[in-house]
Amino acid sequence: MIAIIDYDAGNLASVARAVSHLGYANVITRNVEEIRSAGRIIFPGVGAAGSAMTSLKRLGIDAVLHEAFNQGKPMLGICLGTQIIMGYSEENQTPCLGIIPGIVRAFSPDLRDSDGIRLKIPQMGWNRVQPVKEHPVLAGLKETDEFYFVHGFYPEPAHSDHIVGTTHYGIQFASIVGYRNILATQFHLEKSGKPGLALLNNFCQWMP
Amino acid sequence: MLSKRIIPCLDVREGRTTKGIQFKDNVDIGDPVEMARFYYENGADEIVFYDITASSDKRDIMIDVVRRVAETIFIPFSVGGGIRTVEDMRKVLLAGAEKVSINSAAILNPDLISQGAKAFGNQCVVLGMDVKFTGKSRSIPSGYEMVINGGRKSMGIDALEWAQKAESLGAGEICLNSIDADGTQNGYEIVLTDLISSQVSIPVIASGGAGKPEHLLDVLTRGRADAALIASMVHYGTYSIPEIKSFLHAGGVKVRGTW
Repeated sequence: MIAIIDYDAGNLASVARAVSHLGYANVITRNVEEIRSAGRIIFPGVGAAGSAMTSLKRLGIDAVLHEAFNQGKPMLGICLGTQIIMGYSEENQTPCLGIIPGIVRAFSPDLRDSDGIRLKIPQMGWNRVQPVKEHPVLAGLKETDEFYFVHGFYPEPAHSDHIVGTTHYGIQFASIVGYRNILATQFHLEKSGKPGLALLNNFCQWMP
Repeated sequence: MLSKRIIPCLDVREGRTTKGIQFKDNVDIGDPVEMARFYYENGADEIVFYDITASSDKRDIMIDVVRRVAETIFIPFSVGGGIRTVEDMRKVLLAGAEKVSINSAAILNPDLISQGAKAFGNQCVVLGMDVKFTGKSRSIPSGYEMVINGGRKSMGIDALEWAQKAESLGAGEICLNSIDADGTQNGYEIVLTDLISSQVSIPVIASGGAGKPEHLLDVLTRGRADAALIASMVHYGTYSIPEIKSFLHAGGVKVRGTW
């Protein structure tokens, strides 16, 4: 069973639909015992870091996520979930879970492309991912594959060893971070067509 | 680098897709779920559904369509048309849409933008704008005015001022439709698109007037649009999305080439 963590941070049904489409049993849950008994965990989310952390603490899920990480359970962060596992977010000056050390930065309001043209914030749309290391969840990823992003903040791991893939949007940023049994993508795997579903499927089979 | 998005727009009435020529003479094309699947498999980057069902007691048909689309395609899609309240937005999002588009309801009640953004996040709220060229005047300094009811009613609101206000209220994206160009297939309103896109920091989807790939190239370069909405030119099979994308790629526009 895959637990999709529900912590009042956006609509999680699209993640559940994608996982079900791939044929894996899953449950959207905020129940601590249900999360504990799940074999793997997906930690999605959209919205703001501040209110997300408040909800996580109120529901007691912050401790369960640390516990799952320490047990070596396969964990996948998506979008806001990816930011929340870092140490600290510039969004609402929020101390986060700290599973991967580092800071979540805001895109500069004066972000520009290589021709000097001002870029829109949030980044909204499809972009590529360059793997910087091999990872079982990235198996089959092609250079030309693109993924759907919607974000104004991005993770900046303290240790470059935790950067698994990068994306260019005015700057080169970590779009996939990972450490031991956790992997987290800034983009929406569940909304990224077949390349997204392929990586999601890899995660569902990953034995870290 | 971010790709420019190509977005087919499906008009849906009582659960069936149609395409209106300047909001008149709608012809039935087919099943929205099957059309969504077709475009998903043929490289659409996103899909827009516009519910033109007239009677409110038949609106739940659209919710069922949204649910079935969400089980079928795994790219973002938005739903607009007839959305008046935060509760309407919630229904559409819970059924599986990524975004909701609000248009005349936002003009009549701008708080709807901030309420929606607060409840679901800015990225969920698309401001639909129907705009008509009037020429510059004291009340319409940009020369472009907001209209509703398919262009039949002028609102006395300047389009640029409205776009900027909506952004400050929390709109995450703008779908900018030129009523003058809509349905003509003679090309997008480039001046309008450039004007709005360069003066807001949120993405702008150009809408209205697409008839051939050159039109998309124009609006995505000179018009500075982040995305282009298309309808008849693909619905009737005149062009395919891969064909349009190849043309744009050859013209130096970055598009998503594999799916």
